[in-house]
Amino acid sequence: MTDWLLDGLLVSALLATAASALLSRDLFRAVVVFIAFGLLMAVAWVRLQAPDIALAEAAIGAGLTGVLLLDAVSHLGNKRQQASRREGDKP
Amino acid sequence: MIRTIQTLIIALACIAFTLVLGASIWAIASDPGQGNLPQLLSENMGRSGVEHPVTAVLLNFRSYDTLLEIGVLVIAGIAGISMSKTTSLEDPDLRTSDPLLYALQRWFIPLMLVLAGYLLWAGADRPGGAFQAGAVLAATGVLMRLGGIPMDFLRPGLLLRVGLVLGFSVFLLVAVVSVIGGDAFLAYPPGMTKPLILVIESVLTLSIAMVLLALFVSAPVNDAEDPEEGDPS
Amino acid sequence: MTSSLLYAMAGAALCGIGLFGLLRLSHLLRKLLAFNIMGSGVFLIMVALPQHQSGPDPVPQALVLTGIVVAIAATALAVVLIRRYYHLSGMTSLEGEAGSREGGPL
Repeated sequence: MTDWLLDGLLVSALLATAASALLSRDLFRAVVVFIAFGLLMAVAWVRLQAPDIALAEAAIGAGLTGVLLLDAVSHLGNKRQQASRREGDKP
Repeated sequence: MIRTIQTLIIALACIAFTLVLGASIWAIASDPGQGNLPQLLSENMGRSGVEHPVTAVLLNFRSYDTLLEIGVLVIAGIAGISMSKTTSLEDPDLRTSDPLLYALQRWFIPLMLVLAGYLLWAGADRPGGAFQAGAVLAATGVLMRLGGIPMDFLRPGLLLRVGLVLGFSVFLLVAVVSVIGGDAFLAYPPGMTKPLILVIESVLTLSIAMVLLALFVSAPVNDAEDPEEGDPS
Repeated sequence: MTSSLLYAMAGAALCGIGLFGLLRLSHLLRKLLAFNIMGSGVFLIMVALPQHQSGPDPVPQALVLTGIVVAIAATALAVVLIRRYYHLSGMTSLEGEAGSREGGPL
């Protein structure tokens, strides 16, 4: 019974963080929630009796991907300049 | 208005896709299935040279997949490096003035290196192996980069190229040597499986870490309006 | 119905969510996030479905382990490409896809 409770909670948390990562207004918040999604996936892998994948997901999905995307967000942000603006600047 | 309708149509299509996928998963789950792969695997574990089944599958039974995977990583690394436009790989702006990060680096980097070595060694008979160790090693490199520690082996040069292709070439060498010896491609000679797997895993760790680190470092750091390196303006 | 089948269904749902995000979101980094979520869903299906049928199966676990490392390399390459595209064009979305009016994700 407690197994089902744990698995049900984990699955709903996975789906909730995935939806929240895609639908957040702020890109920085989306990436942070994506890191949380990676950590929850690592716990799901442990529940699925796959400890190797849990190790790799914790290191890669939560660690490396998070750093990479945060670095990208800080440079790209939510800016959405159109091409016409750049053409106006060129002589 | 049109955009809302488009969003709705796409949402309906994705819901339909999910339902079809779920239905097919349910149908496959009710079918007992023909082969029994875990049993076949446990019967042949003695011939693989390691005790952990996942490592045995990765490095012995399905080693061809691992060979192709490291090849894909090398290609991705080459593609990433060729686009690199960073003005300097040791940007002095990155050097930290934060004492907390500096102190953490002094503690964490040796610990992470030891952890990576342990993960590589432990892959023989418990969860671990080349991929996890390579990921931790790459994370160590990223931590060093964030703290502004200069890493000379990431400059374009001999050391970078050797590190990138070492894993793939050693693996390919082992595969081809067994062909020359008269056996099948990637068939390890019996009796040498354990040392061969260890050697291949070590170079794989190094190469994986190098590729991931090169991909991280080569993301350009200049803004859209800055001139590129080598531009005449 | 064991717990593994629940995870396989969750994997299918994650595939659907990721596909919706990939098709609908306009910012390139959001598309990348959606693609990664779809990949995680596929990995869940790959590991949970054999687990439901015959217990912990090392072969798909090894394949998913390889898949995770290839996915991070592809994501890193995609980030390099997106940043080069931003450097060259100043835009963060593809040409045919206009952004939304008030700056939200969709």
